[in-house]
Amino acid sequence: MSVARTPDGGRIDRSQVLRFRFDDSNLTGHPGDTLASALLANGIHLAGRSFKYHRPRGILAAGAEEPNALVTISRGGGRVTPNLRATQVELYEGLVATSQNHWPSLRYDAGAINDALPDGLLSAGFYYKTFMAPAGAWAGLYEPLIRRAAGLGEAPTQPDPDHYAHRYAFCDVLVVGAGAAGLAAALAAARAGRRVILADEQAELGGGLLAETALVDGIAAADWVAQTVAELSAAGVTLLPRAQAFGVYLQNFVGLAERVTDHQMVPHPKAPRERLWKVRAGQVVLATGAIEQPLVFPDNDRPGIMLAGAARSYALRWGVRPGTRAVVLAACDSGHAAAIDLAQAGVSIVAIVDPRADGDGAGAAASRAAGLTVRGPAVITGTSGRLRVNAVTVAPLRPDGGTGPAETLACDLVLMAGGFVPAVHLFSQARGTLRFDAERALYVPGDPVPGIHTAGACNGAFGIAAALADGFTAGAAAAGTVAAEPAPAVTGEIVPRGSWRGALPHGRDPRRVKAFVDFQNDVTARDIGLAVQEGFRSIEHVKRYTTTGMATDQGKTSNMNGLAIAAAALGRPVPEVGLTTFRPPYTPVTFGTLAGPSRGPLFDPVRETPAHAWAQAQGAVFEDVGAWKRARAFPHAGEDLHAAAARECRAVRDAAGLFDASTLGKIEVCGPDAATFLERLYTNSWASLAPGRCRYGLMLSEAGFVMDDGVVGRLAPDRFHVTTTTGGAARVLAHMEDYLQTEFTDLTVWLTSTTEQWAVIAVQGPRARDVLAPLVAGTDLSEAAMPHMSVRTCHVAGVPARLFRVSFTGELGFEVNVPAGHGLAVWEALHAAGQAFGLTPYGTDAMHVLRAEKGYVIVGQETDGTVTPDDLGLGRMIGRGKADFVGRRSLSRPDMLRPDRKQLVGLLTEDPHALLQEGAQVTAQATPVRGTAALGHVTSSYASPTLDRSIALALVANGRARMGKTLYVPMPGGAQAVTVVAPVFLDPGGSRLHG
Amino acid sequence: MLLIRCPYCRADRPEIEFRHGGQAHVARPTDPSAVSDADWAAFLYFRDNPRGPIAERWRHTHGCGRFFNAVRHTVTDTILATYPAGEPMPDLTAMTRPEGGR
Repeated sequence: MSVARTPDGGRIDRSQVLRFRFDDSNLTGHPGDTLASALLANGIHLAGRSFKYHRPRGILAAGAEEPNALVTISRGGGRVTPNLRATQVELYEGLVATSQNHWPSLRYDAGAINDALPDGLLSAGFYYKTFMAPAGAWAGLYEPLIRRAAGLGEAPTQPDPDHYAHRYAFCDVLVVGAGAAGLAAALAAARAGRRVILADEQAELGGGLLAETALVDGIAAADWVAQTVAELSAAGVTLLPRAQAFGVYLQNFVGLAERVTDHQMVPHPKAPRERLWKVRAGQVVLATGAIEQPLVFPDNDRPGIMLAGAARSYALRWGVRPGTRAVVLAACDSGHAAAIDLAQAGVSIVAIVDPRADGDGAGAAASRAAGLTVRGPAVITGTSGRLRVNAVTVAPLRPDGGTGPAETLACDLVLMAGGFVPAVHLFSQARGTLRFDAERALYVPGDPVPGIHTAGACNGAFGIAAALADGFTAGAAAAGTVAAEPAPAVTGEIVPRGSWRGALPHGRDPRRVKAFVDFQNDVTARDIGLAVQEGFRSIEHVKRYTTTGMATDQGKTSNMNGLAIAAAALGRPVPEVGLTTFRPPYTPVTFGTLAGPSRGPLFDPVRETPAHAWAQAQGAVFEDVGAWKRARAFPHAGEDLHAAAARECRAVRDAAGLFDASTLGKIEVCGPDAATFLERLYTNSWASLAPGRCRYGLMLSEAGFVMDDGVVGRLAPDRFHVTTTTGGAARVLAHMEDYLQTEFTDLTVWLTSTTEQWAVIAVQGPRARDVLAPLVAGTDLSEAAMPHMSVRTCHVAGVPARLFRVSFTGELGFEVNVPAGHGLAVWEALHAAGQAFGLTPYGTDAMHVLRAEKGYVIVGQETDGTVTPDDLGLGRMIGRGKADFVGRRSLSRPDMLRPDRKQLVGLLTEDPHALLQEGAQVTAQATPVRGTAALGHVTSSYASPTLDRSIALALVANGRARMGKTLYVPMPGGAQAVTVVAPVFLDPGGSRLHG
Repeated sequence: MLLIRCPYCRADRPEIEFRHGGQAHVARPTDPSAVSDADWAAFLYFRDNPRGPIAERWRHTHGCGRFFNAVRHTVTDTILATYPAGEPMPDLTAMTRPEGGR
């Protein structure tokens, strides 16, 4: 039996022993323990070092609000989780926990020198003031040092081997919190026949009722819990223990993070570690309870100083005596309740110190009846003890706020009962406004939010009887009924009444004491006063300046005290100082839970063309284009990408190349008004296009800028095969649908995406016809029968095909469209047939070079959303006599006609082998004057194997008027002189197209 | 995540099925060539940004694929009504509700 364990009582299984490790100590506990309760049972309070001053810190709380006892849990195999609250970690056999933020050890921490530094050096905002000079030293010297010295646990370095699940759920009523109010609400809703989900962050449902001596309905509170949970289970309520509701979003969309296997020694290998529940609830009942607040007095942070309610829980629920001699500082009657139950558990209560002027109420009476000493009004003015509190000084509090002579009391446990504040975080996230209850100095839910109900302590209804009654009412309201029966009677409870907000008087030099407000961020009462003194008025600014209320606990035990201190310093009432915003998550949620299955190969869908596996087998190097994988090149052994692309380019110019163009977007546009529709969507004329012919189409946004391009073939008077850029397919279809559905509703047209239906194989080069002809049946490929820019339906390699005579290389070319399922077979047939003619597969690298040699633009490379057809030199593509098309009117806006617009030109470097950087600026001078604008930028730049020199395309202001002029492109290593030329470097007459 | 009622599917569907399409009831002039530069610029670029209800275009992209209009409150982010494209805009002033939020 551990040193501090009671012989019986509590909700732990003493018949089984669990071994665990904390730093270098081998310890034991029992099933039902948390890491915190097990440490306390072993007499260990010291659990970590503080964030800034490296002060020894103990376990403060018993739940999610714990600011001090943050530990790293290592499960082996890369499973490391830092910053877990020991109060929420369930004990299992073999658990390995380490404390954080110290060196070399928890007991002897060199960083504690920070605590002895001169006054003010590390006070609020110190990093804005202290480490200013010399310039540059902040980023290089101070910040890394401070970051190393301060902080929480270390992030894991290995990939997370666990997996995580996501699940959607729907219910009529979601109840958050399974304490008295939540259980009552779930009962009321279930009894009304509603589909109910009841979620609670703890391993066991019951909340505060699991650590309670009062009787509910004549039986022990924990027995009432068991009875209620059985009824809920029988009624089909979904019971979710270990599920933290961390965020409430619009329309009752609630996120629950469920810990599925973290409490198991050997999890099932297929079970997820955590599960994210995305719950859409008709009604939500928030029964999230209340959080006890610490009291702010000098050196209130030593190990052994904890919240009264937490100590009571450790005694009643976990059978732990958290100390042997306790002093209880009770500004709330919860301190009396704790003192009575701890005394019952065998802890000697040295004194109950009550600072309240009106403290002598039901709690004090119960304490006296139990034979305990109550002093008041009085305060604790200081504590001592290095790694554990060993004494406190207690002084009477005079009516004028001063303190009387102090007396030292030896003790090893100090309990703080500062009064509760409702856990309104989720209500606030649901956009509920909060109301300040001035009498009790706390915020409670204000105006009701439709579909959201609050119940119990979260609603300001403190005590079991009040919470049960409030829960039944809220549950019935959520079910759309009224509570059918009265709430069960409660006997023997001490209702938590009273509070103290802000710092307690101590009568000492405030510069010489540290009275902590925010334990996790090492923020003292003086820091907050300092922030106010330095001019911060809003609590949001005070928070950011002092860091109070930040980090993992988000001010659960510090916000109200900080607010009260700031309000007092400002001389304004609390509500006028404001309240910091509550944002999700309520407690930290792992990235794994949020990512769920969206990791690795499932992170993003991958689109592969029918010939992908073939290309892979040939050693192709792929690039991502949108979600597509496209082959960049097919390098031979010993070739790099540049050499491969150059060889592929030469093959296309000299013989023939085979290119996978399946990623092109394809849209089937059909219907009696198809031609009229295209007239309105593209700049060109379509009515005049004969069936069997195709045309390069240019699509503008309504603002007149080039948005997409592609070849459009007319298959029949009422049917067009439209192609789009690879990346633009979805955008173009949405654009077309938009106009068809909302503007051109007079037209009868159907649009169908066929991108995935067609595999597209380009055969390009002087021998293209020779390669293709033997495989084609049903059409004549001759120049006379099928000239450039025609389309035919036929068979290729025995497969029905749409055959386009088009070229994106400047060579004689065809694009074979076959059903995707036949794509690989046809590709292989063409590849085999082409071997006799030197047919070479080529990738996107070569494609880019080939098209740039011809000056063919790529939308998205030569354009950036601010480029007009005329800017690209494509003014001829504006259909003559077309009164209107999308974008037409914008082309005559004054800015679109300015003479200094950037125009597409070619650039040739003086040094033929110097390669410009894409995106580099184009300037008039080699060394431009600082502050002058560039003339434009390089959009494409390649080494051209055909021309044996570099070529570049650029957008240059008034570029067409600068032909032959010398401009400069500043680059690393010096500006390159370039000559402006027409943006067509090869075969400007297009004779190679017509072979 | 919002639940949005598609007026064609007559179902409340999650926001991820939809795509927002900007302010509604901004009709493209039937004869753009007759519109002044200033009016055309206003048509292209200028949109309302009210604190309160606004009629917006939405498309049920991953559902029926159709465009419809929705009135959304810009403070509370609640969708107050949805109706098929082409129907007249409801009276927004009648739809102003007490603002939630902070």
